[in-house]
Amino acid sequence: MLYRETGQFKTSYKGDMAIFTIRQDRWALIAVLVFVVIGVPLIASQHVIAGYLVPFLIWSLAAIGLNILTGYTGQLSLGHGAFMAVGAYSAYNLASRVPELPIILVFLLAGLIAAVFGILVGSPSLRIKGFYLAVATLAAQFFVEWVFATYPWFVGGAASMVIDTPPMDIFGYRISSHLDNYYLVAGFVVVGALFAKNLVRSEIGRAWMAIRDMDVAAEVIGIRPLYTKLSAFAVSSFYGGVAGALYAFCYVKSVDFTAFDLFVSLKVLFMVIIGGMGSILGCFLGAAFIVILPIVLNEIAHLFAGQVPSALLTNLEHMIFGGLIIFFLIVEPHGLARLWTTMKEKLRLWPFPH
Amino acid sequence: MLMELAFAIEVLIAGLLSGVMYSLVALGFVLIFKASGVFNFAQGAMVLFAALTFVRILEMGVNFWLAVAIALAVMILLAIIIERVMLRPLVAQPVIILFMATIGLNYFLEGLAQGIWDSQVHGLDIGIPDVPWMSVLESTNILISLFDVWSAVICGILVLLLAFFFQKGRIGRALRAVADDNQAAMSVGIPLQLIWAIVWAAAGLVALVAGTLWGQRLGVQFSISLVALKALPVLILGGFNSIAGAIIGGLIIGATEKLAEVYLGPIIGGGIESWSAYFIAMLFLIFRPQGLFGEEIIERV
Amino acid sequence: MTEQQAGSVVLSFDNVSISFGAVTALSGVSFEIQEHEIVAIIGPNGAGKTTALNVINGVYEPTGGTISYKGEVRKRMRPHQAAVQGIARTFQNVALFKGMSTLDNIMTGRNLKMKSNLLMQGLYWGPAQREEIEHRQVVEKIIDFLEIESVRKTTVGRLPFGLQKRVELGRALAAEPEILLLDEPMAGMNLEEKQDMCRFILDVNDDLGTTIVLIEHDMSVVMDISDRVIVLDYGRKISEGSPDVVRGDQKVIDAYLGVTH
Repeated sequence: MLYRETGQFKTSYKGDMAIFTIRQDRWALIAVLVFVVIGVPLIASQHVIAGYLVPFLIWSLAAIGLNILTGYTGQLSLGHGAFMAVGAYSAYNLASRVPELPIILVFLLAGLIAAVFGILVGSPSLRIKGFYLAVATLAAQFFVEWVFATYPWFVGGAASMVIDTPPMDIFGYRISSHLDNYYLVAGFVVVGALFAKNLVRSEIGRAWMAIRDMDVAAEVIGIRPLYTKLSAFAVSSFYGGVAGALYAFCYVKSVDFTAFDLFVSLKVLFMVIIGGMGSILGCFLGAAFIVILPIVLNEIAHLFAGQVPSALLTNLEHMIFGGLIIFFLIVEPHGLARLWTTMKEKLRLWPFPH
Repeated sequence: MLMELAFAIEVLIAGLLSGVMYSLVALGFVLIFKASGVFNFAQGAMVLFAALTFVRILEMGVNFWLAVAIALAVMILLAIIIERVMLRPLVAQPVIILFMATIGLNYFLEGLAQGIWDSQVHGLDIGIPDVPWMSVLESTNILISLFDVWSAVICGILVLLLAFFFQKGRIGRALRAVADDNQAAMSVGIPLQLIWAIVWAAAGLVALVAGTLWGQRLGVQFSISLVALKALPVLILGGFNSIAGAIIGGLIIGATEKLAEVYLGPIIGGGIESWSAYFIAMLFLIFRPQGLFGEEIIERV
Repeated sequence: MTEQQAGSVVLSFDNVSISFGAVTALSGVSFEIQEHEIVAIIGPNGAGKTTALNVINGVYEPTGGTISYKGEVRKRMRPHQAAVQGIARTFQNVALFKGMSTLDNIMTGRNLKMKSNLLMQGLYWGPAQREEIEHRQVVEKIIDFLEIESVRKTTVGRLPFGLQKRVELGRALAAEPEILLLDEPMAGMNLEEKQDMCRFILDVNDDLGTTIVLIEHDMSVVMDISDRVIVLDYGRKISEGSPDVVRGDQKVIDAYLGVTH
């Protein structure tokens, strides 16, 4: 089957405005969904599901959030880890203090709390821009770390300042196995990704991109800069908050304030840049890259284990990671998603490129 | 009452003295920002790299000044390599890409520094004792660390030298041109690459001095790279492209941060120095978005 | 909204001044714009023409004088309020959203008219979908009118300058403005493109009754399409009237030939 739009005539704007306009894309999406639901449990081991797939999905969700803010709206943020932390700690407090709340509602509320926090952090964005705003988000990052390191109330009074997430029930069913966790996370990620895709192709998404590309012109055609920026902050931190909650509840189960430090913020930013700014698909590609890279490096390192001191290996890993990032930015500054689109364009015309 | 006042003055002076160090590090940021419009996230890793290089050479039994010279040469070489390998291919890219590259560089340098040398804590003694300044203590009952004074003097001299160097003469003029519009500057024959190498080398010098002084205090180890994060609020306050802003901003941040730590910290839970400086800078920014010395930008359409 | 009579004053400048630091961009400028007319603002470079447009749609705040729009006196409004009140605009150097397609750029012009909330847009559900399709239909009409169907889905950053100017006009038209401000709509175009653009402007004025204020350097264009011409020089109005009157005005000729004051 060739990847082609020939013969697929759109007879209505509705057809032309569907989320995936080329039939093969729709099939690919359905295939991916089927694979996520049925294929993965069949072929992937428990270890792969719990250790790689779950974090990959969670990071993808976090990256979608940051991409909305940075990639679509052009507001550089170094504080995404803080939004994740707010989400995780809110979910913990909601779930442990109000046990009657259904867990899905807990995650959504945690996202909303993170969104409110995001609006607060974003409120100076009308007056300050660019790197100044980035440093302002850094302030939020450090402040949040400090709050969760200092006030025991947020961890339910534990002296260790560590939170251990309570068990989760959905309609009486206990989420216990790795596969349960995986399905829960995958559910959030699929819905979240489609929702985000819809947002960025609607009125609000166009407003975000308009602000990113030229804020003065956007204001002149009637886009309110503050509302638009704050809505991006809110949606972005909602995604970050939900991702943080999932990270705590479905992946590590036990976190303290260091789980969402500055380097987490940077990591998500890397995913967005490497995957492709302004692309939802890119978030998945970037997250896959950042999740897989250390594993590959680690595997390679294992080959040399014993011959080379382990401290040196860790440092080499850092060097290779940093070096690859630089290399990647030089070779393809528009990210993996751009490579993908270019490939698709070529495929569409193949075998007659001219 | 008098005791309290003396204590407050002590805190203020200690803050101002450490502020000079912030000014210095901030200046390293400002020079690179002026030349390339990007804030160099790798400054912290450069501090670590420079200090580790210096302390390890010193430990080999090399003479102090020779070690300084070698470490400086290494930092200059590093600047040239960074310009060649990383900056030159990225010249036409948006600043966010350049910024991300400096984060990559940060990882790379951290790994490199601790890979070549090691990740132990190295004591460093550059011959300035960390003792109270006795004559001041006796006459006014105010305790000031002699080390603080000396390091402030060293940083202060360096700040003035750099500020002078980059504001006057041919280099200063070229830097101003590049800061204004680097394409236009290139078209009138200003060697952008050379300017970049020079500002990165200057940032390397800043890193060496800051790393050495902090290294004596804390030992040379990973955590001294965090000094760079301390300088960021200074940049917000003073403006990313203002040399004067970096100097005055450093003093303001140093003083208010110390005062907040001593007087506000105990009330709300301590350890607030990780973010208090940012908050001070943010408050300031809300009332004056262009920073201390920045000019108001008129948007043209 | 009540239908205003043709020829009534829709916008007026009364003694408007604005300065940036020591530079005075406009000083004591007064003029009136009437419904349905095409007014050209001309003058040498640096005369304050673009500044006048910027004051009209709220990008700059005048330092003196008042502006009345639809009989309502105002000191200042934000650009977005100006848009709400029916003032749309194109820019001298093209201020399109470079990373977005032609279609999306023009769709942003409809943003003010779209009402569905964030949640509905995210679900792309019911009213949100209907609304998107409804506005898409309007935008497609504009695309047809401007003859840019073939670049509908092209990222505007990749389009040649002449086409970008058209897309920008399309974006402004999508807002269905009452006043359309055009800042050098024909700069950098060849003769054929200029003729097309003139046709678009005249059509908009005729068919939709949109009032048009434009800045243009090409005198033959100005003389052909405008009902009235306002001449600025060094931030002052030096002449105003029908194209023929202005053409014969000695002060205008002096300004263009650079006679010292």
